[in-house]
Amino acid sequence: MRLDVNNLNFSYADKTVLRDLSFRAEDGEFISILGPSGCGKSTLLNVLAGILQPQGGQVLIDGKEIRGVSGQFAYMPQNDLLFPWKTILDNVCLYGEIHHRKDEMKAEAKAQMARFGLEGCENKYPGELSGGMRQRAAFLRTTLCDAGIFLLDEPFGALDVITRGDMQDWLRELCSNLKRTILLVTHDTDEAIYLSDRILILGEPGEGIRQEIRIQEGNRTREWLYEQGGLRARIHRIIKQNG
Amino acid sequence: MKKLSNAAPVLVILALLAIWEIVVQLMGIPLYVLPAPSDMIKTFVTELPVLLRHAGVTVMEALAGMGISFVIGIGIGVLIDAMPTFKKCIYPILVVTQTVPVIVLAPIFIIYMGFGYAPKILTVVLMCFFPIVVSFSDGLGEMDAGYLNLVRTYGGSRFQLYRIVKIPSAMISLLSGLKVAATYSISGAVVGEWIASQSGLGYYLIRAKNGYMLDKVFACVLMIILLSLMMNGLVKLFGYAVLPSARKRKESRL
Repeated sequence: MRLDVNNLNFSYADKTVLRDLSFRAEDGEFISILGPSGCGKSTLLNVLAGILQPQGGQVLIDGKEIRGVSGQFAYMPQNDLLFPWKTILDNVCLYGEIHHRKDEMKAEAKAQMARFGLEGCENKYPGELSGGMRQRAAFLRTTLCDAGIFLLDEPFGALDVITRGDMQDWLRELCSNLKRTILLVTHDTDEAIYLSDRILILGEPGEGIRQEIRIQEGNRTREWLYEQGGLRARIHRIIKQNG
Repeated sequence: MKKLSNAAPVLVILALLAIWEIVVQLMGIPLYVLPAPSDMIKTFVTELPVLLRHAGVTVMEALAGMGISFVIGIGIGVLIDAMPTFKKCIYPILVVTQTVPVIVLAPIFIIYMGFGYAPKILTVVLMCFFPIVVSFSDGLGEMDAGYLNLVRTYGGSRFQLYRIVKIPSAMISLLSGLKVAATYSISGAVVGEWIASQSGLGYYLIRAKNGYMLDKVFACVLMIILLSLMMNGLVKLFGYAVLPSARKRKESRL
């Protein structure tokens, strides 16, 4: 699905966070959004997901304007938000439960468990899993939504460095098969370089997109990532520069 | 060390009972002033059939009162959470109902409702519904907004927010309120029976007290304590039944 954000505006009380923000995400594109704290990265995802109502602007999916909770976005916040009283299988089938097709989704979820490294965890509770496994379960729940666009808000932010690296490798491989449009909000420059087709760097609140960087490399490995010191430094300079 | 820590409360109770027994025996305190624990237990055993017959009535009133309190508590709890204006209007009234002593209200209930079970059950309701309402409405309001937003972004309706997120998340808080209510329920029924009744532990208690048969009074108190603990245990079992994740967590600790 293609996403067009046109002149989006959002303010909290007297603080403008998004002012005339515009960008396009092509079908199947992986876009990372970087920027200083408070620049409106998470707000943008919340507006797209329908949690927050924008004060102006348009959001179009494949040319059609959407408003509020559209069902076109699958939102995954930083916290895994797995319900502690539900089993992992019931957790990942949340979308099916809401849309009255839980049984059908259970069959689909069971088939996907191994691919997400969750084999044998169907009847476990979230408290019995490690942080990485809980994030995988949360990601499986996200992928089981009918939505064409994923909104990932620092999904690995709460994990330790080693687990985060493993999860990035896993997500990169998974995304090449998923063929979904993905918007990833992150503070991790390496994560953005490693995973994205394009990086959007937001400026100060209300400033909008300061710069965008396209990552051309198709065959990405950890070794390739370690060699991207110049790109990393360039991104840091852009983020730190005063608006 | 852990075993000693688990046994400590039992040891303290046994020590207190032993002190009580020794003081009564050494000072020769008569039965009508203060019976020794041994007298109380002897009477409890001999009076058990009578106590059980009266306890059946009290438990029935307590369970009926608990059931009504549960339904009212859940209904008012949801309305308080869903409608802030309703909360503003109803909450002060709920608090006021708890400031009036039940011993004052129970005779009024009997004047209005007669000498049957109804005023006793209403006394139980008055004592039990408040902890249920407060614990449940607090539990509903404490849910992390992230979970609610997640269900909203998945297209969940307001009803589904309650069914899938809010009510299950409020269960632990509700169970705390139910435990308090369950403990009050037997006392509530006894207070109702104390004012006017033909059966029940309250009736037994007032007859024994009027006859200065303090060993029977204490045996009845022991029965009330045991029944209150039983009601508390029933709520715990209910909790394990409705919260399998809690049961699993406990099992994994064993």
